[in-house]
Amino acid sequence: MRTGSGPVHQAAAHTQALPASPAGPGGFGSGPRHAGPGTGLVGSAPGHSAPTAGGATAQSVFAASAASQTAYGNPPPGGGQTAGGAAAASAAGSKRTDRKRQTEYEPLGPVRGTIRAFGELCITAGMVLILFVVWQLWWTDIAANKDNEVLADQLITEWRDNPDNELPDDPDTPYVAEPVDENSGFGIMYVPRFGDDYYRTVAEGVSLEPVLNRMGVGRYPSSAMPGEVGNFAIAGHRVTYGKPLNQIHQLRPGDDIVVQTADGYYTYTFRNFEIVLPDATEVLSAVPMLPDYKGKDRIMTLTACNPMFSARERYVAYAELTDWTPAGDGAPESIADSPAYDKVGGEA
Amino acid sequence: MYGLLWRALPGPWIVKLLICLVLIAAAVYVLMEYVFPVIAPHMPFNDATIEEGG
Repeated sequence: MRTGSGPVHQAAAHTQALPASPAGPGGFGSGPRHAGPGTGLVGSAPGHSAPTAGGATAQSVFAASAASQTAYGNPPPGGGQTAGGAAAASAAGSKRTDRKRQTEYEPLGPVRGTIRAFGELCITAGMVLILFVVWQLWWTDIAANKDNEVLADQLITEWRDNPDNELPDDPDTPYVAEPVDENSGFGIMYVPRFGDDYYRTVAEGVSLEPVLNRMGVGRYPSSAMPGEVGNFAIAGHRVTYGKPLNQIHQLRPGDDIVVQTADGYYTYTFRNFEIVLPDATEVLSAVPMLPDYKGKDRIMTLTACNPMFSARERYVAYAELTDWTPAGDGAPESIADSPAYDKVGGEA
Repeated sequence: MYGLLWRALPGPWIVKLLICLVLIAAAVYVLMEYVFPVIAPHMPFNDATIEEGG
């Protein structure tokens, strides 16, 4: 290859000289065989002596064939050489396909074939598991947050279109929210402790689909409505699906939990928490843990799984209604300036 | 298994590659959209409610 490179350049120089010659482009299509007359023309050009012309002919023919074998990687500008180069390239190409066919017909016995198929299945199963984890930990959050935004927008628009802003007769007595159909949203919950921009929609029912997985937190249908005497109990995911109650353990006594409905804003104040077993339904009763009592307080109970990523126990947070603002009076101070309230569009 | 698939696909390698990518995308979509939501409720970390016998 290296020894051939000298003559190759020479040949290129010779054939490149051809377009300038009076023979014209017609002599080109006929291929490298016509290098003879070509060199004759070059030989007749001034500055070339006859004896060297013969030598040049032999040399250039050899060089052209050498070039056609080596130079197919980068096509040379000369026409004659291109034809030779193309031929060489096609020869090399057929060589390549020969090699490929050989690898394609690789013999694989039944044992090796089975082992390979099993290995490929294992790898596929691993990929699917990884995809599941990605979906569960990452995608469900994205999907649920989007659903949450859409639903909050819907609620705000609905409330704006049907304003129900007359003050109740007694402003100190909270207006009890109207019950809604199962699987439909009726409120938006703000918890400043969970972040300035935290808000989640509140829907009716505690089914995983669609309420808890798509609609934020869900109200236990057997419990009270916001503002009602009794226990307004909601459930929410602590991990995945938008993780509405991810930071439930960060609540400190005195923290506000504001629930906005069509009628106004219910401010519940966090009091205490406990960790119970999953079947401890007494936490949902009007007086939590004392199911036989009727109660006179307006309690809110939030339930989420505990510890995170486990269903062994439930984390239960209790709050009590401490403030109520009719919708016409605007949002309470605790959330009025928060980015969450701005984002929801509640200022209108 | 995948070798057979690769050989069964028509066209030059670039076309095969494109078909493979489309197949993978379709598989991922079906899994994420239909299969995983069915499996997820049976996972041990998705239960946030308090219920009888839960």
